[in-house]
This record gives sequence, C-alpha cells and structure tokens, in this order.
Amino acid sequence: MNINLTMLGQMITFVAFVIICMKYIWPHLTQAMRERQQTISEGLEKAVAAEKQLEQANEAADLELDAAKKQSAELINQARDRANQIIEEAKGQAREEAERIIAGAQGEIEQEINRAREELRGRVGALAIQGAEKILESSVDRNAHEGMLTNLAAQL
Amino acid sequence: MAGDNPTSQEYIQHHLTNLTYGQHPDGSWGFAHSAEEVGQMGFWAIHVDTMFWSIGLGIVFLALFISGARRATTGVPGGLQNFCEMTVEFVEDNITQVFGNRPNAIIGPLSLTILVWVFLMNCMDLIPVDVIPQLALLAGVEHFKVVPTTDPNATLGMSIGVFFLVLYYNFKIKGPIKFTAGLFTHPIPHWSMYWFNFILEVVDMIAKPLSHGLRLFGNLYAGEMIFILIALLPFYAQWVLSLPWALFHVIIVSLQAFVFMILTIVYLTQAHGTEEH
Repeated sequence: MNINLTMLGQMITFVAFVIICMKYIWPHLTQAMRERQQTISEGLEKAVAAEKQLEQANEAADLELDAAKKQSAELINQARDRANQIIEEAKGQAREEAERIIAGAQGEIEQEINRAREELRGRVGALAIQGAEKILESSVDRNAHEGMLTNLAAQL
Repeated sequence: MAGDNPTSQEYIQHHLTNLTYGQHPDGSWGFAHSAEEVGQMGFWAIHVDTMFWSIGLGIVFLALFISGARRATTGVPGGLQNFCEMTVEFVEDNITQVFGNRPNAIIGPLSLTILVWVFLMNCMDLIPVDVIPQLALLAGVEHFKVVPTTDPNATLGMSIGVFFLVLYYNFKIKGPIKFTAGLFTHPIPHWSMYWFNFILEVVDMIAKPLSHGLRLFGNLYAGEMIFILIALLPFYAQWVLSLPWALFHVIIVSLQAFVFMILTIVYLTQAHGTEEH
C-alpha cells in the first residue's frame, strides 16, 4: 500500500483512455443512436399519417359507393318509368289506330251501302217504269213523269 | 506462494505485494523482492502489475467499444453494437438524471470509460486468487497482483484525475475570482468566519477525491482479502465459502464501478452548478 509513481501512471493512462473514448467511441455511438431514434420516430409519424390517409380513402370510397348506388337506383327507376310510359304510349297509339281503322271501314261500308242503295233505287225506278210501260202498253213520257218517278224512287 | 511452505501471514503478505520496479536503497534499479524493499523504494517506484492489468483491460475496453462504434449503423444494430449502445444509453441516462442536459463533451466519454474500465478491473477479483500469481511465479515473477483497483495508486490516480477536471470546471464556470471567493464565503457568509470557511472548504475539497478513490479501493481490497483468507482453507473446503462470496462479490464489482461513475458525475455537476452546495 505504497503511494508511488503508479498513481501518476494510472492518471496518465486514465486521461489517455478518456480522450480516446471521447474521440473514437462516444460520438459515433451516440450519433448512430440519435439518427436511429430520428428514423424510428419519423417512421412512426409516417405510419400514423398513412393510417389517417387510409381512413380518409376508405371514407371517400364509401361515399363514392353510396353515390353510385343511389345513382344506379335512380337510373333503374327512370328506366322503369320510361318503359311504362312507352308501353302506355304504344297502347294508346294502337287503340287510336284500331279506332281509325274501324272508323275507316265503317265509312267505306256506309258508302258501299249508299252506293248500293242508289243503284238499287235507280234500277227500281227503271224497273218500275218498264213495268208500267208494259202494263200501260204505251210509252210513258219520261219527262212528264220524271217527278213522279223520282218521288217513287225516294220512297223506296 | 513465496517459499516452499509459507505461513498464513507470509501467504497473505505475498498476495498483497505488488510487482514493483524502482530504485533500491543502494542505488541500483530493479524489481523489489519483498514488501520491505518496496517500502524502501519510496515514491519513485512503479507497480508494474497494476499498470499492466489496468492498461491491458483499458485496451480491452477500447477495442471492444471502438469496434462497436466502427460498425455503428443507424439501421438495425448487431449484437456488439447493441451491447455498446445499451451501455452508452445507461451512462447517458445517469448523466441526464444527475447532470441534466447541459452540453458537455467530456462527461459522457469520461463516465463510460470509468464504468467499463473500473468494472473490468474489478472483475479480475473474480479470478481465483492463486491462478495468475502462480502462473507468474512459473514465469519467474515473484509478485503479481491481478486486481488493479485493489491498489490505491490506481483508484486515487483516477479520482485525482477527476478532481483536476472538477477544479478546471470550477475555474471555467465560476471564474477564478468567484471560485476563490466561494472558498471563503461558504458555508457561513460572515467576514469573521472566513478563516473557518476556508479550512472547511479545503478539507471538503481534498476529502472528495480521497474518499472517491479510497471507497473503490477499500471495497475491492476487502473483497480480495476475504478471497485470500478463504484460499487459506484446505482446497476441498474452499468452495463452500468462495462460491457464495464470489456470487456476492459480483454485486460489489458492478456496484462499485457504478458508484465510482455516479460520484464522478455528481462532482462534475457540483463544479458546474453555481448555486449548489
């Protein structure tokens, strides 16, 4: 237990070691640690931001989906309405057409009837005159009896 | 063991003697062969074993940590880097707790060096007391103390180094005038008590490095002493005591390294604080 030069030697050694540690060990390790710390904290921040973004994107997608659903429902309704409308229109047109055709046919029929009636009338008149001529055995003055004949024809 | 059949006292004495190189009373230089010769050499002698082991273990520390720092990446750290960073982080945590976040380039590396180096030197205590001295004896070296921290020269050398740093910061932070004034005006700020204050402060100042170094020395010296005493038992009975003592000593080894580091930080903090006592 003698105090001697060893103390001085130990002191010098100590100082040398501290200086070497200060130069070659401490800064490198602490710097690496700081940088890693920063990298990790940045990464965590980014993860949080990404999560938020994902949430936002999900919300946006949901909104979009809802809108699309609504739109498609609307479109389907519109199409259905339109279809009904077309059917109604077609029905109306068909009815009108049918009525028109019926009306046309009836007109024609009436015309035919009238024509046939006129012809019949003419013929009956002529037949009556012939008959009368034969009966009277003289010719009837057509002009003198025109009035009577027309009257007869009209009564048929 | 010195001699063929040493007595207990001789055995203990032998184990407590350093391998000392110095000037003999007759003027020649050489190794001391006994404790008396060491005593006669006085101050101008050097404990070769203490220096050898402390420098060797210091180089182990530096090599380990430099290779860790060399390969330091900011990405995923490897095993060695992890170990180095854990140690650095532990030291930094303690500094932040005591010293705060003041920027200081020395306190970190200083504390790390002390912690690891002192721990390694203390660890030598766990090697069975006779192994290395016996090997040294075979190599022709008479005395070979293995644990540098059981040599007060080593612990006081470190604590005085810290003390100089404390003085430096006292001067730097407080300024020579305020520092000198503080020696007289503390703790009783009255002119009639200045002489008393000065005595108190000087005693306090000298006591710090002394207690700092002797605390570490005392703990390890006592620990080794007990190992030596256990080694006096018959060889088949030694483990009964040496095993529990070694297990317990593991705590002392790490605790004393930690205490030495914490006290260094505390002293440096005191040197920085202008208000603290």
